[in-house]
Amino acid sequence: MPNLNQACLALLRRDLTLALRHRGELANPLLFFVMVVSLFPLGVGPDSHTLQTIAPGVIWVAALLAALLSLEGIFRSDFEDGSLEQLLLSPHPTALLVLTKIIAHWIVTGIPLILVAPLLGVLLHLPPTSMGALLASLALGTPVLSLIGAIGVALTVGLRRGGVLLSLLVLPLYVPVLIFAASAVSDAAIGLPVLAQLYFLAALLALALTLAPMAAAAALRISVS
Amino acid sequence: MDSSPASMPTAAIPLTQNCFEALDLHCVRHDRTLFAGLSFTLLPGQILQVEGPNGSGKTSLLRMLCGLLLPAQGCVRWQGTDIQDMRHEFLADVAYVGHMHGIKEDLSPRENLRMSQALGRPRAGVTLDEVIKQVGLYGFEDLPARTLSAGQRRRVALARLLVLDARLWVLDEPFTALDRTGKALIESLLETHSRNGGIAVLTTHQPVVLQQCTPLSLQIGA
Repeated sequence: MPNLNQACLALLRRDLTLALRHRGELANPLLFFVMVVSLFPLGVGPDSHTLQTIAPGVIWVAALLAALLSLEGIFRSDFEDGSLEQLLLSPHPTALLVLTKIIAHWIVTGIPLILVAPLLGVLLHLPPTSMGALLASLALGTPVLSLIGAIGVALTVGLRRGGVLLSLLVLPLYVPVLIFAASAVSDAAIGLPVLAQLYFLAALLALALTLAPMAAAAALRISVS
Repeated sequence: MDSSPASMPTAAIPLTQNCFEALDLHCVRHDRTLFAGLSFTLLPGQILQVEGPNGSGKTSLLRMLCGLLLPAQGCVRWQGTDIQDMRHEFLADVAYVGHMHGIKEDLSPRENLRMSQALGRPRAGVTLDEVIKQVGLYGFEDLPARTLSAGQRRRVALARLLVLDARLWVLDEPFTALDRTGKALIESLLETHSRNGGIAVLTTHQPVVLQQCTPLSLQIGA
């Protein structure tokens, strides 16, 4: 019988190899993230107090938009060259293959955001006490963005102009992540406990991790037929 | 417009053991009925050539046969069971080469085939090198597929038939872009497949020349 672990590993390796061979595309969302955040000190002014107040929201909104920018890549090229059909015709559970693709997407888009975020925090005068919360909220939140986004892309990949529809579908679902994550970072900045928000983010992650791959797999079946 | 199934052999006593059946398939695309009431039964070793004018629903039929598209009515059965009820078992037995190649342009033929192998049920005792040589891509196996010609890319897609242990082949216009030796190669593969008790369904406008078996023919949309 076909080996599921092998299939998932091969798929993960393939997606990472492909991402590496398109390094330019890979850098786009990251550059966007850095540029949007660094525009704020220029627009709002260099007052450290104002910047510190808006920093959590700014970083998280920029992360949201950067994630949105990169979402199409999860399934678009596979849809266009027929690899998606082959994926759906695999005897392995589609949801798990889809989850593998989402993980690959998060590795190439989510992790760079997490790595560069502390730097942007410093730029916005975020106090060192809130860096831990910022990193934790991004580590828990960005996978949720990829997971929820995958459902939206799976639904719209068959449409010629799915871009606008995708943001309409996905952004409202990102709101809970934004609220809890930004509130965690700003509470940490004034020394309040942030565990509650982080638990909520972890719960959202658990929910998305279990349900999103199945929903995306079902949506893909509709999109290819 | 409705089409009637052509003279198809239907087993008097349905041998549900290993056969592949389509029962009363209806295909509706964009509010148009492409074909209706299409049925056939294929026994191990039989090859079915689907013919019909452009837009008659050949590709839709093939996609239905491998479960990518749900029929508006009717069902497809593999070994006597509806394929929707035994997805995983059925899909392990199928190799589909559509008119989109399903290969990654930025990966080499070898990497592409390794991926196909991992996704399906790999054929035992076959090495990628052998397969690459057999389909005539020796010397091109490590170049990105993007740099290959259309015919060569087609060969990469068709090489999937050799790396997978599939009993049912579903081929959509397999001869497109292939040269004469390529066509002969596919014909010989079909022949071996049929001799080993495999079943194949293909669409093509070209005559399929097989030495030992005659492909059955199904006319749709006529």
